[in-house]
Amino acid sequence: MVSTYVNPVYAFQHSADQIANPPAHHRVIIVGGGPTGLYCALDLAKQGIPTVVLDEDTTVSYGSRALCFSKRTLEILDRVGCGQSMVNKGVTWQLGKVFFHERQVYEFNLLPEPGHQRPAFINIQQYYPEEFLVNRIQDFPEIDLRWHSKVTQVKKIGDLVEVSVNTPEGDYRMTCDYVLVADGANSPIRESLGLHSTGQIFNDTFLIADILMKADFPTERWFWFDPPFHPGQSVLLHKQPDGCWRIDFQLGPNADRQVWRDPDKVRPLVQAMLGDDIEFEFEWLSVYSFRCRRMDYFIHEDRILFVGDSAHQVSPFGARGANGALQSAENLIWKLSRVLKQQAPAALLKTYDQERSQGADENILNSTRATDFITPKNRVTRLFRDTVLELAEQQPFARPLVNSGRLSVPCTYEKSVLSTPDLVADQFPKMLCPGSSCKDAPVQALNAAHNAEPWLLQQLGDRFVLLIDGRALATEALAALKQVQDLEIVVIADQIQANYTTLKDSAGLVTERYDLQPGTAYLIRPDQHVAARWRQVQADKVLAALQRALGKEWV
Amino acid sequence: MSSLNLQANFSDADAFFAALADLHREGDERKSERINARLILILANHIGEQAILLEAMRIAAQVTTTDE
Repeated sequence: MVSTYVNPVYAFQHSADQIANPPAHHRVIIVGGGPTGLYCALDLAKQGIPTVVLDEDTTVSYGSRALCFSKRTLEILDRVGCGQSMVNKGVTWQLGKVFFHERQVYEFNLLPEPGHQRPAFINIQQYYPEEFLVNRIQDFPEIDLRWHSKVTQVKKIGDLVEVSVNTPEGDYRMTCDYVLVADGANSPIRESLGLHSTGQIFNDTFLIADILMKADFPTERWFWFDPPFHPGQSVLLHKQPDGCWRIDFQLGPNADRQVWRDPDKVRPLVQAMLGDDIEFEFEWLSVYSFRCRRMDYFIHEDRILFVGDSAHQVSPFGARGANGALQSAENLIWKLSRVLKQQAPAALLKTYDQERSQGADENILNSTRATDFITPKNRVTRLFRDTVLELAEQQPFARPLVNSGRLSVPCTYEKSVLSTPDLVADQFPKMLCPGSSCKDAPVQALNAAHNAEPWLLQQLGDRFVLLIDGRALATEALAALKQVQDLEIVVIADQIQANYTTLKDSAGLVTERYDLQPGTAYLIRPDQHVAARWRQVQADKVLAALQRALGKEWV
Repeated sequence: MSSLNLQANFSDADAFFAALADLHREGDERKSERINARLILILANHIGEQAILLEAMRIAAQVTTTDE
């Protein structure tokens, strides 16, 4: 019943691999053409690595599904050229309101700090990012995206992985060096390998009602606890593009799923919520329950790599599902591409599991806590929950306890083996410590730069960058470092520095956010996370930190 | 970081207990439960320090009476 979006249909196309004997070999095969799989293909293509992507369907997501995309996700998508399409189509919001019974008890403002290219969050139906990614893939002949191609088996044979595929023209097999399993939360491939994603199952059932209405509600996130129009449950209202609104109704543990898929059953509930005089139409109805779970280990037999929901799954509260998935994908791809190009040992991949286990655990912890607040498990916890909500209206101290979802923030890999700790003598602030994701700021490129966009984050990523405050340049050290593969020196200065990409700190915010002093330098990973930083550049220290970030020091 | 004070610390122990009893004198148990919940949240915020709160919760959960 979706009327504002027509799913594109991507036809099955014959591949020479279907009749290849012996089976065709590829470096990387990706199972699943959702946001995670499609992104992985693009990021690998940017690193010059061809892929085959297999999706059992012939289109993008049916229905809106993932809705809320974070600033960090937009920055990740910027690296593959899809961030602007997201922002152009998406709805930007920053104000959230929390209601208890019939009263507003609290509101929060995500108050965007000035001087960042991307907003804190946008809302956009999942089929749009998938379509943007598919369209972008057309620009990369090294990506072979095959629709209507269901992977039936993945099997490690020696140093290779054999992938079996079912298509309308019959079955075939291929081999690859690495397979990325991005086939979603229920991952048939994971289950077929006898692997499991374990954690907490939540009994509550939820209903998503996407509706179209002409009424002009503000672009805000409204969350109700125990509202008069839906007693005892919670309700979330959020705006989407195309005049569409997402309403998320908690239905309780014993709801009849079949009944709540019937528009005639849902209509009175929505009408009671909006008021009698508001006209609306249904766009999409979906009943779901969820789990918070993860695999113990995201890498199976060294060459079968699980990424996205197949590896870790969270409740929707906090927008940590798709956002967490793309952070995992980004973390994996820069490592995998360097292993494939023999610039790093295969053991670097283990840090994908380590760093993203931290991310998955943070996301699961936060989303489980939010779920427990939203759906109290017994009378006493409900009493405390309701008391918090009552107090919050009058007592500011109670407001931090109100939890309708702690919104996704990027992971800081401070304890990662890839991060080089600060020297005590350098006296850096905690902000942007090694492992942090870099902060954006306006810049002006004074010569040929990585990207024409006047933003710092657009200048970082894809390769290691040594970002240096140009007020005191260690010329000899830099001359040595300039020869290093996969490392670019970028200087922050008001005048062009011969031989180096130079960025002008046009608003002074790079200096402020990175606590720059003359000579301060940051070594930044290809995923825009800080690997190390110093007050003064010494070539041997930079090289050691680079080796460490590539996994060469500790293996 | 300070630790949980388990030494007697009331400025007037008898007066405190009397006030606590007064708070619940009406005998409506549902109302009393709500008052207690508010009281716990207000006092917990005043303490603030997570380690102290956890220590207090640990001790509170050590039920030693025979009827439970």
